[in-house]
Amino acid sequence: METILGRYKNLIVLAVILFGQLIALAVQVKRPTQEGEMRLIRVWAIAAVTPLEKAVVHSQTWVHDKWVGYVWLRNVRRENEQLRSDIERMKLEQARLSEDANMARRIQTLLAFKEQYIENTVAAQVIGTSGSEQSRVLYIDKGSDDGIKPDMAVITPTGIVGKIVQVSAGSSQVLPINDQLSGVGAALKDLRLQGILKGAPNGTTTLMYIMSDEPVKPGQEVITSGGDRIFPKGLEIGTVASAEPGKDLFLNIRVIPSARLDRLEEVLVITKIQDKLPDAKDLGPIRASDILSQRLPGVPAAAGVDAAGNATAPTGGASPSQTNAAAGTSAVAPGRPANPTATNATKPAPTSPVSGSAQKPANSGASSSGAASAKPNSQTTAAPARKPTTAPGPDTTQPPAAKPDPSEVPPR
Amino acid sequence: MSTRATPFRGSLTSREQVAVYEFNPLVLILVPLVAIFLQAFFTAKLRWLAVLDLPMMVVIYFAVARRNPVTGCITGAIIGLLHDALGGPAHPIGMYGITDTIIGYVASSLGVKIDVDNPGTRFLITYGFLVVHEGVYYGVGRGLLRQSLQWSWSHVAIAALINAIVGVFVYRLLDRFKQR
Repeated sequence: METILGRYKNLIVLAVILFGQLIALAVQVKRPTQEGEMRLIRVWAIAAVTPLEKAVVHSQTWVHDKWVGYVWLRNVRRENEQLRSDIERMKLEQARLSEDANMARRIQTLLAFKEQYIENTVAAQVIGTSGSEQSRVLYIDKGSDDGIKPDMAVITPTGIVGKIVQVSAGSSQVLPINDQLSGVGAALKDLRLQGILKGAPNGTTTLMYIMSDEPVKPGQEVITSGGDRIFPKGLEIGTVASAEPGKDLFLNIRVIPSARLDRLEEVLVITKIQDKLPDAKDLGPIRASDILSQRLPGVPAAAGVDAAGNATAPTGGASPSQTNAAAGTSAVAPGRPANPTATNATKPAPTSPVSGSAQKPANSGASSSGAASAKPNSQTTAAPARKPTTAPGPDTTQPPAAKPDPSEVPPR
Repeated sequence: MSTRATPFRGSLTSREQVAVYEFNPLVLILVPLVAIFLQAFFTAKLRWLAVLDLPMMVVIYFAVARRNPVTGCITGAIIGLLHDALGGPAHPIGMYGITDTIIGYVASSLGVKIDVDNPGTRFLITYGFLVVHEGVYYGVGRGLLRQSLQWSWSHVAIAALINAIVGVFVYRLLDRFKQR
């Protein structure tokens, strides 16, 4: 017996080690970890590796900041001037968009839509990965000590990244949207079709469950639908790269994520989302002229001054179609039953979703499209909506029958 | 600082006895940790660097240098399990553990028979072991765990080539820690 053990010692040790690991695999398959749980060996490995990663990343950032902030200042002056002019231009743009957003919120209030506001975010740095080709998880330098919990959404200003799956005290594991276990509620922005975005072992992302007769084309934008209850609705995911007929009558839509998932440095973790009805009180009182402009096409236009104090386009300059669009929006509100299509079509606009210094707007483009798509009228709805007060020009195209009902007046 | 000579059991390359190297225990602990750290850290910066498998190179190096199948498979198991531990939900603990255990065992068994200090030999064994590594991983994932892994010969061939080239330099670096 002793001779056999001695003779086959190496093979016996190999067999024992392999058997032990096979048992461990079987246990993991049989009893997967619950949400928030972490295997002890993972805790040890993370505790051994992440402090070093954090130290290196923070030192690297410190050196980079000092270099860029104090030493390498070439072209800064020119860049500064460029940025100033950009700010001026964007202020004007913002003033216009805020008008659109305000109107969209008023409509949502009337329709009792719930919006999801990103109330709080935490900025984090990506410090590592799993180090394997098959698993695409990322590690960030913020953990439970910073208020991070499993199932929180992780985003960048350009698009969503993934969700938190496991949290330790000083770091967290992120499951990116291109991981094979990932699934995100997604929708095609233009077509308003909802599906599920799945990752694949090779790192590609595919939008599934869109019927093959839908006119999906490369270049169309994909946004979050909010159906997974992790990502707020309307955040950018990516663009359609190709759409081919798949099996079971569904299209096989490959999506290129907007966020650079292969080269991430900083991300935002959404730590608090609040469901609330858009508060029309915040938008200021609705003036009598607003209501009149919607009801009486013949009211002369007053020079519009927007919320930011900037002069808007002269009221008389609005085209009849724009007037129509404004009138159309008021007609949508209470009179129409909130059919599912219309509900889908109106994207709750996270116009000012992020607060705090470390926070960035999640999706600035959502508001205008939401405002536009809320209006069921023809092609004029595609144009950016104008505030009704600024466009009450004579509406000769409006048939007398279209005169709004008094019950359609906004509640205030 | 010692060199032990193993009894000759049929060399494939020469009739000389094959030297067994020993390492400072600190090196045996720190080198695998640094390899896993670098693997995790650099792939965060450049995703395509995940094609490199530094932990596997360390397993091969220690296994062939120490030329002991028992320590080879134990080293492989520990490094593989540590590597596994950083994986996500799609990566159960034990997948790299099993593959690296087998690599450690085979590499140390091979180290007993051939002289692996030659860069050419190192290139070839790293190339071969990466193919074995990928094959075992695929087999475990697909066969035991029913994972939807995809096998691509071209990918494996290119990955093996890259690992073999990098491995030659990594082994050269690790030679500095040898004690004889």
